[in-house]
Amino acid sequence: MKYQTQKVAYPFFIAALLLFAGQVLFGLLAGAVYVWPEFMAEAMPFHIMRMSHTNLLVVWLLIGFFGATYYLLPEEAETELHSPMIAYIQLGIFVFAGAAALVGYQFGIHEGREFLEQPLWVKILLTISFLMFLYNGSRTLLAGRRTAISMILMAGLWLAAIFWLFSFYNPSNLSLDKMYWWYVIHLWVEGVWGLIMASLLAYLLVKMSGVDREIIEKWLYVIVGLVLFAGLLGTGHHYYWIGTPGYWQPLGNIFGALEVLPLFSMVVFTFYMFWQGSRNHPNKAAILWTLGCAVMAFFGAGVWGLMHNMSWVNYYSHGTQVTAAHGHLAFYGAYVMLNLAVISYAMPQLRGKLPYNQIRNMWSFWMMTGGMAFMTFTLTFAGVVQTHLQRVMGENYMTTQDQIWVFYAMRFGAGIIVVIGALVFLWATLGKPREQTPKGAAHVAAGSADG
Amino acid sequence: MIEGLSRNAARNIFLGGSIIFFIIFVGLTAHSHYYIVTESTDHEGLTESVKLGKHVWERESCINCHSLLGEGAYFAPELGNVWLRYGGAEDPEAARQGIKSWISLQPLGVPGRRQMPSYKHLTEEELDALVDFFRWTSEIDTQDWPPTISG
Repeated sequence: MKYQTQKVAYPFFIAALLLFAGQVLFGLLAGAVYVWPEFMAEAMPFHIMRMSHTNLLVVWLLIGFFGATYYLLPEEAETELHSPMIAYIQLGIFVFAGAAALVGYQFGIHEGREFLEQPLWVKILLTISFLMFLYNGSRTLLAGRRTAISMILMAGLWLAAIFWLFSFYNPSNLSLDKMYWWYVIHLWVEGVWGLIMASLLAYLLVKMSGVDREIIEKWLYVIVGLVLFAGLLGTGHHYYWIGTPGYWQPLGNIFGALEVLPLFSMVVFTFYMFWQGSRNHPNKAAILWTLGCAVMAFFGAGVWGLMHNMSWVNYYSHGTQVTAAHGHLAFYGAYVMLNLAVISYAMPQLRGKLPYNQIRNMWSFWMMTGGMAFMTFTLTFAGVVQTHLQRVMGENYMTTQDQIWVFYAMRFGAGIIVVIGALVFLWATLGKPREQTPKGAAHVAAGSADG
Repeated sequence: MIEGLSRNAARNIFLGGSIIFFIIFVGLTAHSHYYIVTESTDHEGLTESVKLGKHVWERESCINCHSLLGEGAYFAPELGNVWLRYGGAEDPEAARQGIKSWISLQPLGVPGRRQMPSYKHLTEEELDALVDFFRWTSEIDTQDWPPTISG
């Protein structure tokens, strides 16, 4: 760690990881209700569990992105952060707002659009915190060296904040409401968050592969180009059945299919760079998460997305467990693993240690990734059976659900593994460092404590 | 392919292409906005009651169990066409009473069945508004989705 102010990232990562633990625990509760329908029906109804699960996810991912940005900006810009104080205050506001929303949910205090359930005052606090972050980051960026990585990262975060403003717009016409709702939801996760993902991966590759920045940044531009070329009009695959015009079907088919390209190119990118690079970086766990992120994002967001975003398939599968399967693996692969990759990479340096608890960290990788993959398979089977029974045979919803119970039971089992994996990750990264550097890398570790 | 491309050229393609696609996207959503208001929905028919119904729908966060036009939590039935499932097209009054009494009956407490929470705090006006919202929603031109009446 070259710059003192990179330390700012440390509390961000701790907060993110604690909220991550909360997110998976709420997920486990919700998964239990699918298996035992009366589980906590009085104490905490399903809708409360679900909004807690999804909101915590988004809040911790954003805190992780903030932390990642604060960590890499000084290095990229070759200057100290504009203001650590703003960063800490901004974190405090964000965590307070997120926690207040979460507590409020348990008492039934919420708004009612999916993922945007936060009460208005919470939304405003989140916006203020986000703007403080953007100010702080942009001042740092402008004060120093501007690299493609830092520019694209900040552009992604700026655009995320801009599209977030659509969450304040709630027209009473449901079709309009839905159309602009996707301006936040889709243009985040399949649009501008792709800029954040590609630039953070590029940063990790610059640090860990040893390939020239020039080459990595060229790849980065190509990938983010593909992300937006496909992703913007790819929004069309959400505009099939909500009252929007029919021309979104061919557009959604074409650009929805193209959305696989940036994700596939990220797989090639990460593997090719590590293959080309000469650096034998000692943080094997961070390398594993980096490669794993690209691979699982490709399967979860790319392949599982492609599976049902063609309009003639989506006509039958829309709003079934197929969507749930895709949603889980896409978020895990693209954004959870991305954050865990950055955290695995940065934590040893933030704590002033050589890479530590590597084996434990890699165990958590395989538990979480295996668990999420199994969860996705079970939900996919559930969704296929549901699609056939309900959308082809026309059986009613509840009858269909009774027949796919076994998949929900298996999903719950997978969920337990994921929760244990997440807790192992917390233990590995936040717990007491024990030397666990792989043998071959020990001699390199000594020489690259700063890289 | 990538060897022949310089970093600056890649950046310019990214910036130029993104701006062009963004402009196309905004243009198409602007047209879709117009289409929704004039063709696919009964924009004139957005009465105070339909608006109140949407508000109740959101206040109670129905979307975190149910789905509406296929979007939501998939934990409980699709409600975009619930009005039609209750026969609203043939007998509006029976459908209205049917939906209202179903909501008022919750929780059913049937063992082994997913439990819908209690909505006994909804007023008669709010229940009627919710039904109006369902009726309005069922009339959206959704390109013939869902494929079957079961939603």
